[in-house]
Amino acid sequence: MAEVSLRKVVKRYDEVEAVRGIDLDIADHEFVVLVGPSGCGKSTTLRMIAGLEDISDGDITIGGDIVNDVPPKDRDIAMVFQNYALYPHMTVAENMSFGLRLKHYPKAEIKSRVAEAARMLDITDLIDRKPKQLSGGQRQRVAMGRAIVRNPKVFLFDEPLSNLDAKLRVQMRIEIKKVHQKVRTTTVYVTHDQVEAMTLADRVVVMNHGRIEQIGTPNELYHKPATRFVASFIGSPAMNFVPCRLEDVGGRLHVRLTDRLAFPVPPARAARYQAVPRSEKLLLGMRPEHVTEARPHTEPGIEPFDAVLDVTEPMGMETLVYFTLEGTQICGRVNPNAGAQDGAPLRLAVDLNNMHLLNEVTGVVL
Amino acid sequence: MSAITVDKAGPTRKVKYGSISRDRAWALRWSYFFLILFAILSLTPPLYMLITSLKSSAEISAATNPWWVYHPTLENYIGLLTSNQFLRFFWNSAWVSIFVVTITMLISVPAAFALARMKFWGSATLATGVFLTYLIPDTLLFIPLFKMFALFGDYTGIQLVNRWYVLLIIYPTLTVPFCTWIMIGYFASIPKELDEAAIIDGASWFQTLTRIFIPVALPGLIAATIFAFTVSWAQFLYPLVFTTSTDQLVLPVGIITTLIKGDVFNWGQIMTGALLGAAPPLIIYAFLMDYYIAGLTAGATKG
Amino acid sequence: MVDVAFQQNRVQATKAARRRNGLHKALKRKSTVAFLMTLPLILLIAVLVVYPAFYSLHLATLNKSMTKFVGLGNFEFLFKRDTFWLVVKQSCIFAISAVIFKALIGFIVAHFVHNVPANKQRRWRGMLLVPWVIPPAMSTLAWLWLFDPSYSAFNYTLALFGIGPIPWTGDANWARFSVILVNVWYGAPFFMIMYLAALKSVPEQLYEAAAIDGANWWQRIWYVTLPMMRNIIAITTLFSLIVTFANFDIVRILTAGGPLDHTHIFATWAFRVGIEGSDIPLGASVSLFMVPILAVAAIFILRDVSKRGNEA
Repeated sequence: MAEVSLRKVVKRYDEVEAVRGIDLDIADHEFVVLVGPSGCGKSTTLRMIAGLEDISDGDITIGGDIVNDVPPKDRDIAMVFQNYALYPHMTVAENMSFGLRLKHYPKAEIKSRVAEAARMLDITDLIDRKPKQLSGGQRQRVAMGRAIVRNPKVFLFDEPLSNLDAKLRVQMRIEIKKVHQKVRTTTVYVTHDQVEAMTLADRVVVMNHGRIEQIGTPNELYHKPATRFVASFIGSPAMNFVPCRLEDVGGRLHVRLTDRLAFPVPPARAARYQAVPRSEKLLLGMRPEHVTEARPHTEPGIEPFDAVLDVTEPMGMETLVYFTLEGTQICGRVNPNAGAQDGAPLRLAVDLNNMHLLNEVTGVVL
Repeated sequence: MSAITVDKAGPTRKVKYGSISRDRAWALRWSYFFLILFAILSLTPPLYMLITSLKSSAEISAATNPWWVYHPTLENYIGLLTSNQFLRFFWNSAWVSIFVVTITMLISVPAAFALARMKFWGSATLATGVFLTYLIPDTLLFIPLFKMFALFGDYTGIQLVNRWYVLLIIYPTLTVPFCTWIMIGYFASIPKELDEAAIIDGASWFQTLTRIFIPVALPGLIAATIFAFTVSWAQFLYPLVFTTSTDQLVLPVGIITTLIKGDVFNWGQIMTGALLGAAPPLIIYAFLMDYYIAGLTAGATKG
Repeated sequence: MVDVAFQQNRVQATKAARRRNGLHKALKRKSTVAFLMTLPLILLIAVLVVYPAFYSLHLATLNKSMTKFVGLGNFEFLFKRDTFWLVVKQSCIFAISAVIFKALIGFIVAHFVHNVPANKQRRWRGMLLVPWVIPPAMSTLAWLWLFDPSYSAFNYTLALFGIGPIPWTGDANWARFSVILVNVWYGAPFFMIMYLAALKSVPEQLYEAAAIDGANWWQRIWYVTLPMMRNIIAITTLFSLIVTFANFDIVRILTAGGPLDHTHIFATWAFRVGIEGSDIPLGASVSLFMVPILAVAAIFILRDVSKRGNEA
């Protein structure tokens, strides 16, 4: 068990900087997920923690010791790979015990550790099979078993679920969470799937272009994104962004979307935006669930408007509606009974209590 | 109008379908006919070896139907297998091949591993060089090599020419490049994560090679071994150049230089010797055909 | 204040130094290990392939007793000899015609094997590859016996149809034919195996799509099979060209260059003058004439092989 910290870590490949100075502190027992689009440097970061890539600059410490020059085997880590990387010529038990055998652990201890891990992952029956004879989900369990058996300071997961089909992925996600609750080992988990990140993590690290965009709990990232990138990356369907300006109408702060459409900013929010120059080009960020059908009794902060729908997508428990505002496509989520139809007008309402205002140029959430 | 179109379309489709399946049946019949023909052509020389090897000298010189054995006899086999000279050839060949296979594997497997996995300065160039070396034929090098070894003997006093073990030094020039090349291919096809997993599990480079790569690439290793063996066993030019004393000869050269005495051809014994000389590669081929073919086709893919 | 900053600097400096040093060492160690693992290979290639190749160039410039430098004297001598030009002509005829027939027969046979049901292919493939498996020196002996002037089994059979007797190895043109025949017999199976592997890699859907588009069998071969196999055909043909051009065993055993040098090719003639005739420089000069054509073929193979590697 150990904490992991990264100090100004940089990875350069020739001229390209894949990771551009990352600072991150991971507490003992914590489950941290690195998430971001492909090429954002998340896997490189993980591989530097593992010692599979050299660090160009900065320091990585595991359990308080700088490990920059420590080879992977001496870092006391275990890693689960995307394609499982099970040794095809070894049985499940041999796969799981390979690391211990290399370290010359006593046979009895190896056996009990393998049995313990197999029981935890419910693969006791498969212990003598070769990887070829296992399904994807079973292979995934064995790969995890191989990590657990080592009883390392840190678990590293490199997109472990992306080779599984959608159904199995959900199941294994829960499995991973259960294992973590049992062994409580510090875990760094890399994925490009924001749902996986949200569901698994104690804290999520959103990365983009080799930098950290934001670190926070899943709820923080969802409700208080720091940048446009985080706001659009987290959540599905993604947040809507509409160009807008602030203006004062009758002593109240309004957010103007088009010549005809402007909404008053709720008092709770208005204080925060008061200092923003009125001429600044801004974006109004609204999550689809805050663009709904208009209800007869409007509450404060919820403002109705009319829209002509382009396309509707019935999802069962809700219907996604798409309409265009000044050339920008906007997605809303309405009740299936709201009568949304392709090409038909519908009265919608936007919940401005949950609005976000962003600087259009810098992408910073105000 | 529309009815006519439908009418037309119906039968056309049927005829077409029928003609395809009839085409297939005919194609199959012709295929078998030609395959039998080609198989006969392929197997005629080895079968003729077998037929002749079962004949006595008297029957051969009597010029009876050459395709038939009227009085089968094993005298040729007994004659050769009790001849110390022939057995000497056989053992020389066997030892040379076994040693060459071992040397080849000891050189090419670690080299292929390093070239496939441990990128270092010049590794790509070296891999290309290995492939080019494989394309250099023995007929280009036998004269300078012969002179080199003769000079080596003159300078150091260590006489290697006309010793069977000189072949252990020379044959690897034929086997190592190809074996390295196909092993690079097999090693490169192993996913990178597998050695990373091994490194994290605490394996050294050497352990990664011996405990992961060699077992996983075992089919490639077998294919390379078969190749090295057949090449060493079949090599004719180098032993012809480098060895002359009868006790130093390997099988192919031995049969040709000792069983042909002047213009007198003892065909019964020659064919028996040729058949016995062809037997080891044929037996290996019979049991390990898939590996043999895998090795054959692997040479055309980049490692 | 200054003191603290200084100290901090020093800590940073030593840390950086240690890191660079350690990294350097690790890199050095890995490449050292890799270099040591390839060292026997490098030595083998350098000492027993590259050095002799250049040594051969040196030898070619010496006189027969290897005591005097004669420059291009050996080549001038060769150019003036009719036998040399005969060897050049025969080597080209031998290599080109043998490779063409090997390629054609291999292609046709591969199609026949591909046509039969999959579970029977193994057996046919197994039988048809036998010529390639037998050491050529051994199988050529069988051919020599089949071609024997007085007891030829072929002539016996042909006599039943009233043909012959054919002087298989006695007449210059028949001897050339025989040498090529044996080489085709030995080499065609290799083509067959390569083509068969390539045929199997052509997706069945392409043929079905072509059939639906109304292509007949010939169009299917021309527009689907050949383009898909172009690369493997090129590699196999070039490779075979090298091997055939540099062939020694078959000619040596079947005719030993005779009758009257009319089947000599570079390799056998180099052996004749260099080893049997003890004129090592002249032999080296002869075999050096193989280099240009081998080099051209090798360059094209390398290009195709790396192209194939990139596709994969």
